[in-house]
Amino acid sequence: MTNEECKKAVLDIIADIAPDEDLTNVKPDVRLRDQLQLDSMDFLDIVMELRKRHGIEVPEADYMRLASLDSCAEYLTPKFNALAAKS
Amino acid sequence: MNSGSHYDVAIIGAGLSGLAAGIRLAHFGKRVCIFERHNAVGGLNGFYSLGGRKYDVGLHAVTNFVPPGVKGTPLGKILRQLRIDRDEFDLCPQKGSRVAFGPKGERVLRFANDFALLEAEVASRFPGEAEGFRKIAALVRETPLSGGPAGASARAFLRESIKDPVLEDMLLCPLMFYGSAREDDMDLGQFSIMFRALYLEGFARPLDGVRVMMRVLLEKYREAGGERRMKCGVRRILAREGRADALVLDSGEEISASFVLSSIGSAETAALMGDRPAASRTLGYVETISVLDRPPSALGWGDDTIVFFNDSERFTYRNPTGQVDVRSGIICFPNNFEYGAGRGLKEGFFRVTCLANYESWAALPDEEYRRAKERWFGEIQDSARRFLPDLDPGDALARATIATDMFTPTTVEKFTGHFRGAIYGAPDKNPGGRTALSNLFLCGTDQGMLGIVGSMLSGISMANQHVLQAAPPAA
Repeated sequence: MTNEECKKAVLDIIADIAPDEDLTNVKPDVRLRDQLQLDSMDFLDIVMELRKRHGIEVPEADYMRLASLDSCAEYLTPKFNALAAKS
Repeated sequence: MNSGSHYDVAIIGAGLSGLAAGIRLAHFGKRVCIFERHNAVGGLNGFYSLGGRKYDVGLHAVTNFVPPGVKGTPLGKILRQLRIDRDEFDLCPQKGSRVAFGPKGERVLRFANDFALLEAEVASRFPGEAEGFRKIAALVRETPLSGGPAGASARAFLRESIKDPVLEDMLLCPLMFYGSAREDDMDLGQFSIMFRALYLEGFARPLDGVRVMMRVLLEKYREAGGERRMKCGVRRILAREGRADALVLDSGEEISASFVLSSIGSAETAALMGDRPAASRTLGYVETISVLDRPPSALGWGDDTIVFFNDSERFTYRNPTGQVDVRSGIICFPNNFEYGAGRGLKEGFFRVTCLANYESWAALPDEEYRRAKERWFGEIQDSARRFLPDLDPGDALARATIATDMFTPTTVEKFTGHFRGAIYGAPDKNPGGRTALSNLFLCGTDQGMLGIVGSMLSGISMANQHVLQAAPPAA
């Protein structure tokens, strides 16, 4: 999986949990919280959807690594690839 | 143990909070079962059929209504958390409500879903209090949605900013009637929740009532793979080593669950563990419902959605000494919401709600109970009609009435299982939801969030905090 595919996977999740947000111009280097109205309940949902859909575990200590799309990609892409290599 | 009878989570009660919790948990792969003693879902917000009509039990209006696009509110949160499209709930905004005080309701505060109306009403009818009222609203806006810490007095808080006791009472009256489990005063946290729900946000209603929302929740729960057992209440919670070890069902069957969420109330849950908690001073209500052959506006009653009335110098929110306190109450016209062009209720509805004393109703033998209902039906409606335009001819209401119904605190207790028919639960809330057992948690009225939206948010937040975010059990 590429970084871009990973960002797409995260955006797909956000589109499902917050369908009232406009995601067409999300800037990858800006914190998601600063450009979208996402609260702690929504971030918890991103983490749980990652587990449900992709089998990826994000421990609580790493939640801040999901701050922006860029940081998501940096943190999650290796996890996606490690899972893909295993299967 | 038979694996068929073990669940990740067992939920007691299929009301709004139990269903909302169930949707969250099932969506994230938990094996969930909701146990409901009644044959219908809904609990305190259920509905029933009588004479070919469907009636809502609790719903006058859905509070916490905000229009599409307003974010960061309780309604927005529950829609996101439950993956519900807001159109599915068919929420239609109110036309406008008022608080009417004085023997014929001559002191009035109108409010609607635009907070500016209430601000303007306070400024014009209570000159000198506008600034203080703005300060109160600003402080409520800064309070967390969960209401903040418990214990402080709402009256003391109001008196810091406004001087006129009539304004204090007029502001408190709708908030108390729509959700206070405490007499005379409100907990400041509860006040903030209710001030936001009624004044900063507002009222709405689905055309077909609360069952529209129930259907959506049931469908989501089913799609997520949740199980549900109706006419199958929980009779006992068996505790072992500080945990809820097993649940004994009404059928006698025993099941177990890693977590138990109980939506049936704090004392009601304790009773399942064999405790007999002292009866707390909960508040009961009576409601009269008249079905009319035309909309209330055609009868000459105007467009009010809800009228909160009080005829006395001060507003008394207490358990009545008699069977009913008709000095104050709530009038609801479910017809008066903006249902959109060509849509509307086929019949008119006139509902009046007053405080009632549980003991004095529960003590009555059948025949006397029936007679008391008949007598109070008239008194309640006569009292409420003082706050509505006079009808011409004088018997126009009687002529237009095609069916009536009435419920008392004993009716509510019978159908919901809530002790003493307490629709807002116990005076002391448990915001954390924790109980004496480490894997048993409360959601619903006694957890502290109220109203249709609040009860769903209660189920969601308890499921999130105590189950979905819980540390995995030690191996």
